[in-house]
Amino acid sequence: MSEKQKKASAYWKENVRYLFILLAIWFAVSYGAGILFKDTLNEIKMGGFELGFWFAQQGSIYVFVILIFAYVRLMNSLDKKYGYDE
Amino acid sequence: MDVQTWTYLLVGITFSIYIGIAIWSRAGSTNDFYVAGGGVSPLANGMATAADWMSAASFISMAGIISFAGYDGSVYLMGWTGGYVLLALLLAPYLRKFGKFTVPDFIGDRYYSKTARIVAVICALIVSFTYVAGQMRGVGVVFSRFLEVDINTGVIIGMVIVLFYAVLGGMKGITYTQVAQYCVLIFAFMVPAIFISIQMTGNPIPQLGMGSRLNDGSGIYLLDKLNGLSTELGFAEYTDGKKSTIDVFMITLALMVGTAGLPHVIVRFFTVKRVRDARKSAGLALLLIAILYTTAPAVSVFARTNMINTVSNKEYTAMPEWFKNWETTGLLAFDDKNGDGKIQYVADPSKNELTVDRDIMVLANPEIANLPAWVIALVAAGGLAAALSTAAGLLLVISASVSHDLIKKVFVPSISEKGELWAARGAATVAVVIAGYFGINPPGFVAAVVALAFGLAAASFFPAIVLGIFYKKMNKEGAIAGMVVGISLMLFYMLKFKFGIFDGGKEAVPGLEKDWWFGISPEGFGSVAMLVNFILSIAIMKFTPPPPENVQEIVEDIRIPSGAGEATGH
Repeated sequence: MSEKQKKASAYWKENVRYLFILLAIWFAVSYGAGILFKDTLNEIKMGGFELGFWFAQQGSIYVFVILIFAYVRLMNSLDKKYGYDE
Repeated sequence: MDVQTWTYLLVGITFSIYIGIAIWSRAGSTNDFYVAGGGVSPLANGMATAADWMSAASFISMAGIISFAGYDGSVYLMGWTGGYVLLALLLAPYLRKFGKFTVPDFIGDRYYSKTARIVAVICALIVSFTYVAGQMRGVGVVFSRFLEVDINTGVIIGMVIVLFYAVLGGMKGITYTQVAQYCVLIFAFMVPAIFISIQMTGNPIPQLGMGSRLNDGSGIYLLDKLNGLSTELGFAEYTDGKKSTIDVFMITLALMVGTAGLPHVIVRFFTVKRVRDARKSAGLALLLIAILYTTAPAVSVFARTNMINTVSNKEYTAMPEWFKNWETTGLLAFDDKNGDGKIQYVADPSKNELTVDRDIMVLANPEIANLPAWVIALVAAGGLAAALSTAAGLLLVISASVSHDLIKKVFVPSISEKGELWAARGAATVAVVIAGYFGINPPGFVAAVVALAFGLAAASFFPAIVLGIFYKKMNKEGAIAGMVVGISLMLFYMLKFKFGIFDGGKEAVPGLEKDWWFGISPEGFGSVAMLVNFILSIAIMKFTPPPPENVQEIVEDIRIPSGAGEATGH
């Protein structure tokens, strides 16, 4: 494997690791908090909101936005680290 | 000024802006026509994507659906936003790096096969056509209610406008008109929401107002009040819902994956300069979409509470003017079953006297809350912006599929660039006419099929694209089999359980729900079909030859962000 290929596959590995972490959070807030554990979380109240309901109709969407911007920042610095930025 | 004058004024101004932009940004080359010259800034692309994405369904129908479904409506909120996370992380950057014009372009090249390309074109056409017909219908409804023209005249006016700027400007014209349309539609959605939030809870931010106490002096939380009203009338608790957990799970998944697999959304990311711009613009698009999507559930709660308070057990003769206005459109109907002159609005169908079409909740909301005339007119202009922007984006996918993927890549490879540009314009014209025909003569199944378009996209495109990027060894045999079986399975389930075709019916035969596989509704079945697609693709790949060396090199290349040139058709 050439030097160039080694660099590319190391970059790819780190990228995939970020994806796993970010998608785990994506799954946890929507399918976890908003659907599977909704009833349990609904026992907790936050102002007028039951927490599970809040995650399903508000919270998960806020987290989605944050996740994409976190990804943008992580990847920009990863690109820089490997010299793929332009 | 009255509502109608205001509506003519606002619709007239916004339409002139769209036409002006279209003339200013005419397309000169196929590159302009398909991907807007590839030089769109991330913010402009984010706004255009958001307008492209938020259709008449998001603007007009969604808050209404949620207002009747309560918690169950969450599937749309999470499904239609969570898909952008998948899009940003798994698809957009790599497809931008790949640098072609269309989704079938990617499938055809990555799977080194004309068959794969044609299968992808057919999937793209099925998905886009079902979707665009619904948009035209939305335009017609807004025109007929607010400008008091005939629904059909409304559809034709909409057709002419879209035709004008889609055919003239291509992707370039569409992109910049969509930027303007985003501004119009978000302003139109937020203004009434903020007004009503202040009116009901004293909090100007609807997202917070939804969870606040009522300011009528009772000190009760709005959601508690609504839960109480709902159970009193025999409906399910608003924050609880009726659907089974597995069905909510599967529908959400199908909508998310379908969103990420919709061709008219994916192509938007071919228009930016660099891979990092594609990532950033996906984030901006979702941020701009989230503004509407987090406000919508608040609007649902306000509208539902207001409506119950206004009509429940009140004298029919004392109803306000909006009630009569909507009755004439047929979208609101009162039937005094027990003859007491009062409106009984309850869950029990044998006693219920009021039928309300879900689509009127957003449009009637400002009237129910007694807001000024210009706000009501603004909502009409916003609904039109939402429907037109989505219709234009879909038409572009249809015309590119025909002129680029079929004519240029399959049938007449020798066609000149100029010829291809004219073919694209011709295809867009034909597509507008067909869409308009369906808008005027809507086949009964349009509304149902629009929701299922996501299932179809999830079952076909998503696995083929993701495997194409993340699994270097994925070959054409696996991908084609996966797409064909995935989309067929989804179509079969849809025909069987949504339309009851195999049980002798034209519509879903009652009682069919208990035969649903694993208790999953047709709307959620796209998730199952997608899993089948994934498993089948991988299984078949194991027994067939690996892709050629140069294809594996393409995959390695798209994984690295630098060096993304302009999108090309070659």
